[in-house]
Amino acid sequence: MDIKVRVWRQSGPTAGGKMVTYDVKGISPDASFLEMIDVLNETLILNGDDPIAFDHDCREGICGACSMVINGVAHGPEKATTTCQLHMRKFKDGDVIDVEPWRAAAFPVIKDLVVDRSAFDKIIQAGGYITAPTGTAPDAHAAPVPKKDADAAFEAATCIGCGACVAACPNGSSMLFTAAKIAHLGLMPQGQPERDSRVIDMLQAQDDAGFGGCTNAGECTTVCPKGIPLSLIGRLNSDYRKAISKR
Amino acid sequence: MAVSGALLVLFLFAHAAGNLKIFVGETDFDHYAEWLRDLGTPLLPHGWFLWLQRIGLLAGIGLHIWAATALTIRAKKARPVKYAHRPKIQGSYAARTMRWGGVIIVLFVIYHILDLTTGTFNPAGGDVDPSARVIAGFAPDRWYVTLFYTLAVVSVGFHLRHGIWSAFRTLGQQTTKGERRAKAVALVLSVVLVAMYLSVPFAVLTGLVG
Amino acid sequence: MVANEFWAEGEPVVDKAAPDGPVETRWERRKFSAKLVNPANRRKLTVIVVGTGLAGGSAAATLAEAGYRVKSYCYQDSPRRAHSIAAQGGINAAKNYRNDGDSVYRLFYDTVKGGDFRARESNVYRLAQVSVNIIDQCVAQGVPFAREYGGLLDNRSFGGTQVSRTFYARGQTGQQLLLGAYQAMERQIGLGNIEMNARHEMLELIIVDGKARGIVVRDMVTGEITTEFADAVVLASGGYGNVFFLSTNAKGCNVTASWRAHRKGALFANPCYTQIHPTCIPESGSHQSKLTLMSESLRNDGRVWVPKRAEDCQKPAGEIAEEDRDYYLERIYPSFGNLVPRDIASRAAKNVCDEGRGVGPGGLGVYLDFADAIKRLGRKAVEAKYGNLFEMYERITGEDPYETPMRIYPAVHYTMGGLWVDYDLQSTIEGLFVVGEANFSDHGANRLGASALMQGLADGYFVLPNTISNYLANGPFPAVSETDAPVVEARKEVEDRIAKFLSIDGDRTVDSFHRELGQIMWEYCGMERTEEGLTKAIGLIRALKEEFWTRVKVPGKGEELNQNLEKAGRVADFLELGELMCIDALHRRESCGGHFRAESQTSDGEALRHDDEFGYAAAWEYFGADGKPTLHKEDLNFEYVHPSTRSYK
Repeated sequence: MDIKVRVWRQSGPTAGGKMVTYDVKGISPDASFLEMIDVLNETLILNGDDPIAFDHDCREGICGACSMVINGVAHGPEKATTTCQLHMRKFKDGDVIDVEPWRAAAFPVIKDLVVDRSAFDKIIQAGGYITAPTGTAPDAHAAPVPKKDADAAFEAATCIGCGACVAACPNGSSMLFTAAKIAHLGLMPQGQPERDSRVIDMLQAQDDAGFGGCTNAGECTTVCPKGIPLSLIGRLNSDYRKAISKR
Repeated sequence: MAVSGALLVLFLFAHAAGNLKIFVGETDFDHYAEWLRDLGTPLLPHGWFLWLQRIGLLAGIGLHIWAATALTIRAKKARPVKYAHRPKIQGSYAARTMRWGGVIIVLFVIYHILDLTTGTFNPAGGDVDPSARVIAGFAPDRWYVTLFYTLAVVSVGFHLRHGIWSAFRTLGQQTTKGERRAKAVALVLSVVLVAMYLSVPFAVLTGLVG
Repeated sequence: MVANEFWAEGEPVVDKAAPDGPVETRWERRKFSAKLVNPANRRKLTVIVVGTGLAGGSAAATLAEAGYRVKSYCYQDSPRRAHSIAAQGGINAAKNYRNDGDSVYRLFYDTVKGGDFRARESNVYRLAQVSVNIIDQCVAQGVPFAREYGGLLDNRSFGGTQVSRTFYARGQTGQQLLLGAYQAMERQIGLGNIEMNARHEMLELIIVDGKARGIVVRDMVTGEITTEFADAVVLASGGYGNVFFLSTNAKGCNVTASWRAHRKGALFANPCYTQIHPTCIPESGSHQSKLTLMSESLRNDGRVWVPKRAEDCQKPAGEIAEEDRDYYLERIYPSFGNLVPRDIASRAAKNVCDEGRGVGPGGLGVYLDFADAIKRLGRKAVEAKYGNLFEMYERITGEDPYETPMRIYPAVHYTMGGLWVDYDLQSTIEGLFVVGEANFSDHGANRLGASALMQGLADGYFVLPNTISNYLANGPFPAVSETDAPVVEARKEVEDRIAKFLSIDGDRTVDSFHRELGQIMWEYCGMERTEEGLTKAIGLIRALKEEFWTRVKVPGKGEELNQNLEKAGRVADFLELGELMCIDALHRRESCGGHFRAESQTSDGEALRHDDEFGYAAAWEYFGADGKPTLHKEDLNFEYVHPSTRSYK
């Protein structure tokens, strides 16, 4: 199939950027979206142009590196799918496809489609963990966890930290990311001792990093490749209220 | 947003309930208007309670707008460069129109006060009974006013549908069942409120009242 | 085959750190004999850790908790993205929670046997011992393992064992374990005990006075080259499956950190041992950039077949009558059927495709059919068990596996070889430690399912932190300066190499070379290897290497984010590694585990080991890009598990 892509090109963090149109001809419908960009890049290199920089790694939907806003939608048109698992058969011959980076002040562009997501690491640093130094652990069966809680914790823990929630949020908020980690750890008995400080510290880190505020718009959950539910934000709010009232 | 919004929702219901008095009779409606001013007497001088209410209401609105503005400014700061391809609305339409919806509602409220409270824009002026103002305001030949009110009230409905549900969420609602309930409550409250508000102008328009 | 035109033979290599005596107490005794570092002195000692996967992440967190100053490096934008995250199945541990006769000894036994008797008994025993602690540690960190209704941990069984000892978190065990290690690490970063450098790639090892004292790194955002110093260096940089271009590894996985150390004197052991996973989604065309693994669990209910006649291969599967289908695994291996171990299933698929009976594009695929399972269990039950895998398959191929059988083909998945390390996980360079998939130590010639996660975390949480102290107790070592000759030299090597890549300005892209190398490796050093093929491959790789250095085109500058420059460095190293893999495969004239030599098979086509001649680990020494690698043998002694022939018929 033959398509056109309009891609955000920006040579460096401080440079200005613009959308540039490229023709991609004869691409297989079985190619993934990233493979289509690979093919385009091979042509660009041989023509002496600068290939398009983009983040990607595992290409199987789990590392969370890939990050493209395709036609205005983070990770493109297919539900519960990362960019790397999106295939060209979801597009039509002759389509013009817009490709942009995640846009958020907390995720500054490094080059083209590559953004800096270290703000997410900072949120985790602030409290997204359970303090359990190596060697201090009791037997794994010392504290049974109801299956319901373990399953719910797992669902929340499947977040891949890609940042699509921020990219899609009209407020540029990272609430769903933070809420997923709060829920994961808060649902486990091991996570209780730090539950109050965790929610306060992580929210503070999120605000400090320059993310916007949550208005429950719900765009985040619709683009989330792992389907993290919006209800976890309610859980975070409830945890926060309780934590604050104890202060 | 959730707390100030909840205050405003309470007001909206009280206001709507009062409006419906017009179906009982114009005099009852005028008495109701007078009663609002009499409330609290003799502890408070005539009209004071109403002003207290108005101050409380203004504070609620002020807080709501202040919070909304703060969130909007933060949102702008959080995304300094806009998407070239305008993002599709993927969540709910009501959620994505909260901000502009809010601005429209503020403008409407200002008009509404000038129309029916002070009577500035009202053909009957401010010197007649409140019921007369209502009847003159929504007279059939002023159908466009009714249309404008309808649009405004529907937009209040949209605002509430997301707003009420969102307030539950902000206050910690988190279960699937609870979410279904919160969404249902938000929808029912919004529809009921819209119906209550629209019944009066349409009753006047169709001659049911007047 | 003795030393010849391709390689030379040197002195045997001996693991001096390994204690002798009863295997059960070796680890206790080693921990006791190892020197300790006083807690007050630990903060004066710096350790560099390259890589943040299960091994590197857990090592960095644990060392930092212990009080050492840690500097951590990864090429990804966050330590959470290391490729350990993609591991699906589970993690083994000898907890015996099922009361099904499991024990440390049985896990040890299964692993040595599964490795086809090419691993060290001491190391494997220790691995089985600490497996128990890993589960405790991960649960304490809040890893949401699958649980039963009583709230206790669930287990499943995995290939090559008869007990249920695999702990799992749905199909995302690697992700959950890695996030546990990542969070522990982020906590230490927040406390200032770890200096994290994401998007930094190690390009050279710095050796001063015979000791590993630092690395040269490139900041992948700015292109700045810096030298980083420490008292010890830990490589946790993963495996080298990407030498095949197409593999289940992440695109960024590379051998550069290990290879740079190898070039500086660290021996590289058993490079030819490659695990090829039988159930991956086949290639769909020339655009293919990587292969996706489908969980092995599918073989529990799916039946593998190809048409009996080559002329039927183009027909849709549904039009091929039952009697015209060849359920070849069930036919050849009646007792294990579709559940034969990975290497056997992979080779059988290759054989039927070589006969021209493969299906799908290019004839490189076999059917994995769930029609019988759907008939027997109902669609609902199949959906409940494999729904997410079926969805993933449909997303990638556009075909509905409920209607048409899946197509699968083997793909490179894991590399058992790696830098040679002693019992302390120290390489042949003093102060250079290697953990996780990057070392060679525990899996022998074949790795069992759910053992990679176990080894990564065992090394990082429990083994390295206990053994590295024995080395660090001699420190802090004299300060190293930017102007020391070895530092200046290492830095210059890196700068010169980058300048060279950028100056060639040829007419072929880096990827085109990588793809070609991958095709050579897959063809001649893949599932089946022959003397003739390997000799040919060595010639082809040498020619390709020469072409690479004259015709590669790397666009852009060094002082910016330049993904093609990164790739060029990795491919240049893969070209050298590929040659060594072929030489190793050529020298090992036996079949064992992930290494099948066509010349060494039984009359019915099964792998034939030659323990007398090849019962050793082959550790290779580097002698220049054009010199002959030198073989150092480490004899393997089996005091407990005596070599026997694996049979799955």
